[in-house]
Amino acid sequence: MSEMLTYGFMQRALLAALLVGILCSTISFFVVLKRLSFLGAGISHTALGGIALGLVTGADPVLTGSVFAVGTAMSTGYISRIGKISEDTVIGIFYASGMALGIALISSFKGYYPELFALLFGNILSVSGRDLLYMGLALAGILVFVVLFFKELLAICFDEEMAEAGGLPVGPLYMGLLAAMGLTVIASIQLVGVVLVAALIVTPGATAYRLSSNYRSMLVLSLAVGIAGSFGGLFVSYYYPVPPGAAIVLVLAVIFAAAMALRPLLNK
Amino acid sequence: MGELIEAEGLGVNLGGRTVLEGITFSVRAGQLTGIIGPNGAGKTTFLRAILGLVKIREGRLNVLGVPSSRLMEVRQKIGYMPQRQSFEKSFPLSASDVVAVGLLSPATLLRKIANKDRRIRAALQSVGMGEYASRPFKDLSGGEQQRILLARSLVRQPDLLLLDEPNAGLDFPAQQSFVELLHKLKLEKGLTILLVSHDLVSVASAADQLACIDRTMHVHGRPADVLVSPYLKDAYRCQYDFLSTLDKERCGH
Ligand SMILES: Nc1ncnc2c1ncn2[C@@H]1O[C@H](COP(=O)(O)OP(=O)(O)OP(=O)(O)O)[C@@H](O)[C@H]1O
Ligand SMILES: [Mg+2]
Repeated sequence: MSEMLTYGFMQRALLAALLVGILCSTISFFVVLKRLSFLGAGISHTALGGIALGLVTGADPVLTGSVFAVGTAMSTGYISRIGKISEDTVIGIFYASGMALGIALISSFKGYYPELFALLFGNILSVSGRDLLYMGLALAGILVFVVLFFKELLAICFDEEMAEAGGLPVGPLYMGLLAAMGLTVIASIQLVGVVLVAALIVTPGATAYRLSSNYRSMLVLSLAVGIAGSFGGLFVSYYYPVPPGAAIVLVLAVIFAAAMALRPLLNK
Repeated sequence: MGELIEAEGLGVNLGGRTVLEGITFSVRAGQLTGIIGPNGAGKTTFLRAILGLVKIREGRLNVLGVPSSRLMEVRQKIGYMPQRQSFEKSFPLSASDVVAVGLLSPATLLRKIANKDRRIRAALQSVGMGEYASRPFKDLSGGEQQRILLARSLVRQPDLLLLDEPNAGLDFPAQQSFVELLHKLKLEKGLTILLVSHDLVSVASAADQLACIDRTMHVHGRPADVLVSPYLKDAYRCQYDFLSTLDKERCGH
């Protein structure tokens, strides 16, 4: 264990796991309360289109991926609002189109893209100082937004109609939440990859939701589960031949299953 | 202040359809007005127009002495209990957390809410739910939840209260006691209340004024007069037969 911490790549990986753990479990809290789970999965798959665009054009794939992820999240919210269609339906369209764009770009520009595999399945052990900086900035920005508008965001998740009737800027705040979700997805792709990122922004909140009767404890539990999951997965992958991304998601799943099993015991 | 709400020839279009037209109607301060009408009649739309949430196509609407173009100014003085309980029933909030939502407004953005706990406690007490403050909202019965939601609409100490079918889904005794509570609040706080309901019996017994909307205002006036109008007889045939067997004294004044 202490030997594990002497490697520079492992220290960076642990720091990344901590940052992404906090980021995802904060967003997860809202994703579960506002029922946006499918949107999370959709954003990450759409981001693949943006990442592929970066790879074939030589632009920074993290940047193009971010633009796609945030753009998808916000336009989904916008289209579902003006068209009165559910977010699920809109993202269902983006989901496949983004993936299709990624596949089309990568197969028509025949080249060798070693980064692609890492982006699909995550590669936390190769996290660079620059990646950490990006995650740190995303985390800082999102935490500021969430802390400043926490009571309003909670009210919007609970009862949008009342929030609107009270005169709150529901549209802009909701768009801000979706943008934060897009950024979180991109920041987490480093850790677990496009395919698995949805688990990170759903499982911590879902586990905490099962165990809490109040949002305060739900938020704290969500953070605990998110951080435990990303650290736990990293340890598992250090000692066993499992890729970190898969290990993190599996550890989270085990925590969720344990919470489901324990819940009847907690309830009087 | 005499008239808290004054509508004259009010018309509203939604999605290209005329939902309300020619609504002329007024509400005096301290009155409880019952609003009835079939499903899809435009009752909810009328309340949303008073809140400034829908655009007015024609006519004039004054609320709390302010024309419809400046409704934002008086929004804080209007309490609202929406019809669709759009929220998730198992949402992890306590009763007082739910009431706290009613305190949010543009003025509380980026600010702490002043005297939050005291105001929430007062609102809960005014609906007889003082003991329930820390109970999980999802574990309360339907009737208890309605009272918590009523407390939420009262927490900013409004002058005008708009209630959209607040007693739907309650059993008869619960409906009665809910309407009695409204009657009490009206007297104690001098509240002006607009109550949309499909339950003619309990509304008629508590209302000072009854208005029947179906796209336009069909009849309005004292409950005793409205209830015997030929229009209502057609629109509410079965409930009407039941009503006419009731002692008329209980519906009138
Ligand atoms: N956003 C909208 N766009 C288009 N039409 C709408 C919209 N909202 C409501 N309507 C229509 O306006 C009419 C009046 O709706 P409203 O909700 O005001 O009726 P209501 O009297 O409250 O009915 P209920 O008793 O069922 O609650 C309905 O025919 C409804 O379909
Ligand atoms: Mg209605």
